[in-house]
Amino acid sequence: MLRASLRNLVAHKLRLFLTALSIVLAVAFVAGTYVFTDSLRASLDTLIQQNQPDVTVRPAAADFSPEFQGAGEVLTVPTELTGAIEDVPGVVMASPQVLVPNVVILDDGKPLGAETGGFTGGTAIGGDWPDDAFNPNTIAVGEPPVGAGEVAIDTGTADQLEVAPGDTVTLLLPSGERRDFTISGTTEPRAGSNFGVSFVYWAFPAAQELLLQPGQATSIAVLAEPTASQQVIADGIRPLLPTGLEAITGEQIASQVSEQLDSGLGFLNTFLLVFAIVSVFVATFLIYNTFSMLVAQRTRELALLRAIGASRGQVLRSILAEAVIVALVASLLGIVVGAGVARGLQLLFQAAGAPFPSAALVFQPRTIIVALTVGLVITLASAILPARRASVIPPMAALRDEQPRTRGLGRRTVIGGFLLGAGVGLAVMSPQLAEYGTTNAAIMAGVGALCVLIGVLATAPELARPAAAAIGSPFRGVVGRLARGNTRRNPRRTAATAGALTIGVALMSAISVLAASTQASVAGIVDDVIGADFVVTGYGFQPFSGEVSAAIRATPGVAEVAVVKQAPARAPGTGDTLITGVDPQDIQRALSLTATEGSLDDLTGGTVALDSETAAEIGAGVGTVVQVLSVVGPVDLEVVMVYEAAGGFTGYVVDLPTARELGASQQDNVVYVVKETEADATSVEADLNLALEPFPNVQVLDQSAFKDSIGDQIGQLLNFLFALLVLAVLIALLGIVNTLALSVFERTREIGLLRAVGMLRNGIRRTIVLEAFIIAVFGAVLGMVIGVAFGALLQRILASEGIEKFAVNGAQLALFLALAAVGGVLAALWPAWRGSRLRILDAIATE
Amino acid sequence: MTTTAARAASLTKIYGEGEAQVVALDGVDISIDQGRFTAIMGPSGSGKSTLMHCLAGLDSVSSGQVWIGDVDLTALKDKALTALRRDKVGFVFQSFNLIPTLTAQENITLPMDIAGTKPDQQWVDLIIDTVGLRSRLDHKPSELSGGQQQRVACARALASRPEIIFADEPTGNLDSRSGAEVLGFLRRSVDEFGQTIVMVTHDPNAASYAQRVVFLADGRIVDEMADPTAERVLDRMKRFDIEGNPTADPVS
Ligand SMILES: Nc1ncnc2c1ncn2[C@@H]1O[C@H](COP(=O)(O)OP(=O)(O)OP(=O)(O)O)[C@@H](O)[C@H]1O
Ligand SMILES: [Mg+2]
Repeated sequence: MLRASLRNLVAHKLRLFLTALSIVLAVAFVAGTYVFTDSLRASLDTLIQQNQPDVTVRPAAADFSPEFQGAGEVLTVPTELTGAIEDVPGVVMASPQVLVPNVVILDDGKPLGAETGGFTGGTAIGGDWPDDAFNPNTIAVGEPPVGAGEVAIDTGTADQLEVAPGDTVTLLLPSGERRDFTISGTTEPRAGSNFGVSFVYWAFPAAQELLLQPGQATSIAVLAEPTASQQVIADGIRPLLPTGLEAITGEQIASQVSEQLDSGLGFLNTFLLVFAIVSVFVATFLIYNTFSMLVAQRTRELALLRAIGASRGQVLRSILAEAVIVALVASLLGIVVGAGVARGLQLLFQAAGAPFPSAALVFQPRTIIVALTVGLVITLASAILPARRASVIPPMAALRDEQPRTRGLGRRTVIGGFLLGAGVGLAVMSPQLAEYGTTNAAIMAGVGALCVLIGVLATAPELARPAAAAIGSPFRGVVGRLARGNTRRNPRRTAATAGALTIGVALMSAISVLAASTQASVAGIVDDVIGADFVVTGYGFQPFSGEVSAAIRATPGVAEVAVVKQAPARAPGTGDTLITGVDPQDIQRALSLTATEGSLDDLTGGTVALDSETAAEIGAGVGTVVQVLSVVGPVDLEVVMVYEAAGGFTGYVVDLPTARELGASQQDNVVYVVKETEADATSVEADLNLALEPFPNVQVLDQSAFKDSIGDQIGQLLNFLFALLVLAVLIALLGIVNTLALSVFERTREIGLLRAVGMLRNGIRRTIVLEAFIIAVFGAVLGMVIGVAFGALLQRILASEGIEKFAVNGAQLALFLALAAVGGVLAALWPAWRGSRLRILDAIATE
Repeated sequence: MTTTAARAASLTKIYGEGEAQVVALDGVDISIDQGRFTAIMGPSGSGKSTLMHCLAGLDSVSSGQVWIGDVDLTALKDKALTALRRDKVGFVFQSFNLIPTLTAQENITLPMDIAGTKPDQQWVDLIIDTVGLRSRLDHKPSELSGGQQQRVACARALASRPEIIFADEPTGNLDSRSGAEVLGFLRRSVDEFGQTIVMVTHDPNAASYAQRVVFLADGRIVDEMADPTAERVLDRMKRFDIEGNPTADPVS
């Protein structure tokens, strides 16, 4: 029987190819996700391993999540410790180092890359060019920087600026000073990559002078004798250090960073896997559908086998053996294609602004095992039902039966209807759960949505007949009638084919609704909450010099200025966060915050205002004392006000002096500007822009521009999510290709007959294309209904998180529908071409 | 005086190449008279179907020429050929004559619907009544008996008033009673409407409905007979066996 399976596979190369392709794509996404994160991990690991000095002396409490590091004041180490450290036994050399996160490279007066946004938003890391022993970089072209007038910049940035050693680069220093420097050389990392981050290096004295105060460094790197233990040396250094500083071994730093990476990459991996699972789910549909069709077409052949004495088990096994062979071959191919997917993900992340390197791809055994398992499991799961169905048909019945008949839809519809009802029930109830935490409610809504989706997919065959009639109704004439008839003749098949698309479109629609609602809500909040006429922010939300607010205050027509600073901290109820520092009086003129308890007027030193959500979570109210961990250590704060979170304004709020105490930097993060009532907005904006000309790293946004800038960010995220769903939609479209190709094959005689009685090739093609159109629109509309409903539900659940308004981006949804229809038509082109090329006589020749 | 509805001159059809070459038709000359019912008979494999396919423009010829009316089919491209089939030729096949998703009525008017022309309703009504299918018009093929399906196919072939109808063993799958109904109907369409029909058959009884029988053996026309009766045809067929035709299978 194994020989029969193999023969069968070889005899039907095309069908084999189509079945395999869907498995390949699904497996490729899963494998690609692992390969992508593993490769990222590997390239980061080399970076971590290579770049650590044996021991580093640095300010303590610097282990906040990476996204919050560098948001606060730059903490320093006195350089005078260097001598004492070098006296510790086993130490070869100690070297003070400077590394600060916010030097701005100017390109034609604008921050480099500010326009494209991205993670770094035009900001470079500035530091000293250390001794070779500690230097993770080398000079690629030119010389190391010498003196106060020279810098070295990384090769990538030099390429972007189109400069070479000897040219001049303009920098905006953290102090706000703008200066020109001569480029002495370009640098490149010894291993790994810069991850797209720009670097600027000075000779140590210049770096110290320009970026810090005399006598300061950001850390001291220690080189140990090769035989010495890092731990022993760190222990030897520790007694020399004043409080607030720590001596930490290279191994410790590496493992700390590793841990952070693990959680970060773990999240990324899970996030991508969710999308991979969607693809796998869609592919399962497709594989199931294909196997059903293949087996249906072979019913007579299998019946013949049964008639001449093959047992039920043998028939079952022969089909399953076929499935296993296809699954193995396709999964292996999928792993190979997964490399392409991983590369695609790298490009996608790069396009989204994440500076992930295109490093060598890493295939771990785990990836291969998971991919093979996924491929085998989904293929076998898809094949087992059709195989069983084929094996239980009595041989003579199958031989007699010309066309496989569709069986009743009864039981399936009942179960589907039940799931649908249960799902709707769960979904409708879920917003009530929001009181007990939005996560629970969202999970319940998700389970509900999944039930609805499966229920709809199960009942879809019932819907397929009327829907096909309705969608096809504008198409008159024989072509329309035939296409409608074809989609209705096997509703199960139509539904399964459309169902794959339904899943993809449902997700896209839900995301679209959620994004539109978020945008509308944010805009609403800006209208309701932000009383300021202008908002001044740094490009890429980077902090900027205090001189900016001074310049704004001096601008004619400006009535009120409110400055916002941020300090990184670990706080109850929020985890790692940024604590907002404001002047209580100023901020109330720029923002209208609603107090649920207490008043912002009471905000003074040592007190804090909390948003109601966080307050409820940690059970705090006015009078409660909360302890937060700041970069300078634990600090107790008394709650004096609880307010309703409004858009971006949420979490812990303190007054400006307290923010500074908590480690907020001297720089500002946001400045709200209120104009004098009688002043003309346009002229004030022009004046502001003029006044801020010396500060190219900040931008003035009026209310609508501010809304747009937030909208842009949401839009970017949206595009990113859509890109991840594209593969699922592609697989669904592939399903249409597959179904139609097999249908065309099944209908050889019918097509031949149509040709014999006078239908042109073009007519055959149009019929098949129209059939695909109907299937695609059916699937997409179904998905859209589910997706919009689910999106609306999520909006209601998240209303308390600030997504208060429900909005639908009609144009976007229409675009999805149009794309699905176009995709369906494109998917039909090849089957249609094949159909139109069929030989008439093949059809007429009686068997 | 009779005119010619279709004609073939030195028609040759060769399948395959080299060793596997089969000469299905070997220089066939035939003309089909208008308004007459012609039957083509011969042992299995003698080339009956091939001849019909070539005459009807369903298959290309290896050499020779074929005309329908005065149009030379061998000079036509696919598009023109398709249009010619649609407008001038009707077909009835042994099985699988109908599109399963269309009703009987829709199947009957299919060639005209494809052409985008309006059927002559009176004529279609006349045909439907003649084949006796009025009560079944809204049924799908799967809801009709084999005989009814073949009658629908005949009605379709007639509905567009083609110049010529080709039927390849139209009763091959039917029992004798339904077969007789279909054949009687074909004969009536010749007698009453002046339709031209060419029918391929194995069955001497079926051939007796025709006005002329052409005998084919080994891809050549070997004999013909006017106003056949079942007995005379059977006699002639038996002679094929006695002559020991190598390709002849026993006729059932
Ligand atoms: N597509 C083809 N390829 C190769 N040979 C063919 C093909 N079609 C027919 N033949 C051969 O051509 C010859 C004539 O076939 P044809 O189908 O015309 O016979 P027939 O008289 O209709 O027989 P039957 O009564 O069995 O239907 C046969 O020898 C057959 O094997
Ligand atoms: Mg034949």
